[in-house]
This record gives sequence, structure tokens and C-alpha cells, in this order.
Amino acid sequence: MTGLRVVNAGFAPTIQDLGRPHVQHLGVPPSGALDPVALAIANALVGNEAGAAALELRVMGPTLEVEAESVRVALVGTVAALEVQGERGGPVEANRSVRFSRGTKFRIGGLSDTGVAYLAVEGGIDVPEVYGSRATYTRSHIGGIDGRAVRDGDLLPVALNAVGERSEMKCADLDWAKAQGPIRVVLGPQDDFFSAESIAGLFSQTYTCTREADRMGIRLDGPALEHVKGHDIVSDGIVTGAIQVPGNGMPILLLADHQTTGGYPKVGTVISADIPRLGRMRPGDEIRFEEITVEAAEAARADLEAAVARVIDRFERAGAWLDEAALYRENLVSGVVGPMD
Amino acid sequence: MPPADAADAAAEPRFLAAGDTALVVEFGTVVDRAINRRVTSLGRALRDADLAGIVDLVPTFRSLMVHFDPTVIRRAEIEERVTALLPDLSEEGGTGRLWRVPTLYGGEYGPDLQDVAERTGLSPERVVEIHAGGTYECYMMGFMPGLGYLGILPDELALPRRTEPRVRVPGGSVSIATNLTNIYTKESPGGWHLLGRTPIELFDLRRDEPILLNAGDSVQFYEIDEATYREMRARADEGDPVIEPQDAGAVS
Repeated sequence: MTGLRVVNAGFAPTIQDLGRPHVQHLGVPPSGALDPVALAIANALVGNEAGAAALELRVMGPTLEVEAESVRVALVGTVAALEVQGERGGPVEANRSVRFSRGTKFRIGGLSDTGVAYLAVEGGIDVPEVYGSRATYTRSHIGGIDGRAVRDGDLLPVALNAVGERSEMKCADLDWAKAQGPIRVVLGPQDDFFSAESIAGLFSQTYTCTREADRMGIRLDGPALEHVKGHDIVSDGIVTGAIQVPGNGMPILLLADHQTTGGYPKVGTVISADIPRLGRMRPGDEIRFEEITVEAAEAARADLEAAVARVIDRFERAGAWLDEAALYRENLVSGVVGPMD
Repeated sequence: MPPADAADAAAEPRFLAAGDTALVVEFGTVVDRAINRRVTSLGRALRDADLAGIVDLVPTFRSLMVHFDPTVIRRAEIEERVTALLPDLSEEGGTGRLWRVPTLYGGEYGPDLQDVAERTGLSPERVVEIHAGGTYECYMMGFMPGLGYLGILPDELALPRRTEPRVRVPGGSVSIATNLTNIYTKESPGGWHLLGRTPIELFDLRRDEPILLNAGDSVQFYEIDEATYREMRARADEGDPVIEPQDAGAVS
């Protein structure tokens, strides 16, 4: 087996792709990347389809060592660099592709600027598919490596043992990652369970992301919403982005690992164009919500797709990053120059 | 749970927004057999229609969630298609498969059997007889992969959930609460009353079809002894599904 050896896992990264949204009727959560835009850009940089399986990083990145002839990787969604280890190492900036040869060891440090970032590998991470997806859902041990987060000592299998030399690419336009402004919401399905004042407050007050946040959802802190018809409903379906409000009135934003059905009323749903922004949220980040119509949400999604296509279209050639480790070893082998030169 | 409103079942469904990637078709707000059959009937009709851009159809007790890809199909078109299908929805049951689930009742496998007997004023044997005597429809899947909500449990066994939910309910536990029964597919927290345990795996990733149950299927339970449990459990450990479904129409 060839791949990337996990020298140090960092903060429990998971293998994610675009998930398995088509088996929610069996009770299986969709899972998949919390930020599908960053995933798509990372994959495009290494020449993959948008939904190829990559490593989703949170909080603190891993240290990896190349156990293949060569790999091409790209880190997207953060300003953190790939720090190539060793005497002749150095930083490789994020948002570009880079080719590493066997033995290269690199580290990704703390993610101070985002909730989530992606490390894509040319050819994709090659773990078995479950219901057509490699996405990890740890609660039920589905997908990824044995259904769990990546840990020290794992080998991340890559589909290709070697990748060809070509121009490396970089994504210079990072405006997509800096989207500001309110998170847009379509009211419903159970907005009639809340007082008019509460709903007015949802769209005029500021909420804060708490530390109770994982791939299933983010608990918010802010003005409580008031239920007017109780806080239990006979279970119905849940979609990613649903704003669920349990008895204490504090909204929970449901993310990719959400349960497929549930018995709390949902006041509204974050539109799909803004879901990637939820994935990037960190504890302490503030959120304001804005109400829009389904038609406006559909248009916003089309705009986002076009914007991402444009970003990918405008990739630029990246300057060479000299793989010093490979050069060093080749020189030693060929004897053109001595190790002490 | 509020009683079923007769008018509820007959009324036209409501379309509720769930953002730009899902639409709720709500047939009612209560657990009711006729409502649920309309839900599953619409799910089947939409699946047969095979519309591009429909990602998944998730039936619940009283609503159908249509997940869709807004870059392929938009909500307005789905509403039109659903509206056109409404006159032909069926309230027929028994359209799915029938699963007969072996269950070892009582003892360490069903630690709440005695308590359920006391609270219902029945003998433990009678509780088992009633539970194993019913044919239950799978109203919906949810809570965890492969878990089906099965009903309707006879009124004699209807009890509220436990006031103190368990932190760990073993996988395979056959349980009851309100007017429903279910089988916990994997170990999890849970507040239902545990009557017994099945040796079969309702969710096993080693199989081509990891999950056995689906909404619209029917389930019957039958009592097995501990020796049979162990024998079936050994097969299940090897990845054998142990049970096979009977086709639609097997249920009277």
C-alpha cells in the first residue's frame, strides 16, 4: 500500500467527500465536507473532480510523510502553510498544488483562521466506499478508515503511486473564503411554532457560535426563541442547514452529520449557498441572519456555483517549489555533488 | 401524543419550505396509519417518476421530505409534480417486504419485561404474546442508521418513555414506547423499554445491502430460546443476515 503516513494526526481529521445524501431514507446522515467549496477548490488544484475524497482538517493539522513515489497535494481554506520538515524544508503556502516525493515529511499547524480546511491529494484518498461515498461518519462508524477519525500511524491510501510533473497551480482569488454579511435563511418548516417577536429577533439580533460545535451542528448563544405551540413535534425530516430550536429556545445549526429526522421544531433553514460559511465558523464567531425567499435562495446557489467555477477557471501557474528532499537524495545517489557541497 | 384527527388524514397536504434543497410535504401532524400510508405512497410514486435532481425521499410518520439538487430542479416544479400525483395516492398497506425478527425475550436480554408487565397489569408471558402477535408497519427510519419506527402497538402495551433514559442500550434491543416498537441497530443511549433482543444485525457494512429495513416494510417478532439466539448470533457475527424478507402481499 502506498499513501501518506500519519506521523501525527493533529486534531482528529476525517476523510470526507460530498457525502451520501441519497440514503437518508434509511436513517443514514449525509455527512461529507462541511465546506464543499473549499473541498472543490482543493480538488481542482490537484486535478481531481470536485467530490474526490480529501482530508478535512479542524483546529490543528497533521504531520504526514509521503510513502509513495510521488504525490500532489493542495491545502485550501486556511492561511496556514504546509511546513516541509528537515534541514532543507520550508513553508509551502496554502491554496496551491505541490508535488512531493517519497520521504518528504510535512506538517500543517494550527488553523487559526477557519473552522475547517482541506488537504486534497491527486487521485483522491482511496478508502472503500459505503453507499457510494468515502465520507466518514464517526458516530455510526461509517466510511473513512474503519469509520473513525484519522489517528497517529494510519496510512492514508492514495489512488496513485506516482504523479507526473506538470505546472503547479495556485488559487489567487480567495474572496470566496472571506464572504461577509448575514447568513441567509428561508423560514420554515416550523416557523409557525414561534412567536412573531422571536422571529423578528432572529433576524435583528446577533448570535454567537459556542464551543459546543462539531460535524453534527453548532449550538448558538443569543436571544432565546419563544415557542408558542410547545417544543415537541411528531418527527419529520431534517435537512443540512436546519435551525433547530429545542426547549431552551437556543438555536442549533445542523451540519452534515445531522440526524435524518427529529422531533424539535425548525424555525428556518440556512440556504445551501451559505452552508460552506457555516462550516468555516469557529467558536466565538458572530452570526447575523437575514430572511430570503426560496426563489432568491435558488438564485444565490446558482451564483455560488458560477463564482466557484470562475475561481477555478482563473487558477494561475504557481512558482516552482523545489522539492529539496528529492534533489538532495538524487544528488547523493548520482554523486554529481557531494552531501557537503 | 394527540389523538389522530379524522379530518387530518383527508386534508390536502401542506408544502413547507426547508430551504432551497428540501421540501416538506406534510399530510398531518400526528402518528396515524392512514396519514403514513399516504406519505409512503407519495414516496413510491415520486421514486417511480424518477425526476432528475431528486436526491432522496425521506418518509416520516406524517410527512415526506423531498431532498433535491437546486442546480437541477427547483422547488416549484417539485410542487407541481407532487400536486399531480395526489389524487392517485393509496392508503393500502402491506406494500413493502415482511421481515420476521427472532427475539429472545426477558432476562438480561429484556431487562424491562418484568417492569412493563407490572405497569400494564399483565403477566410477562402475556406481554410477549401480545408483542409477538402483532404485525407492525415501518412508518419511518431515523435516529440512527437502519432503525425503523414500527407501529401500531396494541393499547395494552402503550407506555410513555422511561423517565430515566439509559446511557447504553445494547444493539439489537427490541423495545417499546408510546404506541411504537423498534429495534436499536447499534448500542446507543435510549429511553425505550427493553423487552428482548434479536441476534440479527439490522445494519452490517459487510453486506451488499447493509441495512435491512425500509419504510413501508412490515415486521413481525417471534420468540426464540437462548440456544437459538446463540446459534443465530454466531452466524450474524460472520456477516450472515440470518433472516430473509417475504415479498409484498405476504401480510394480510
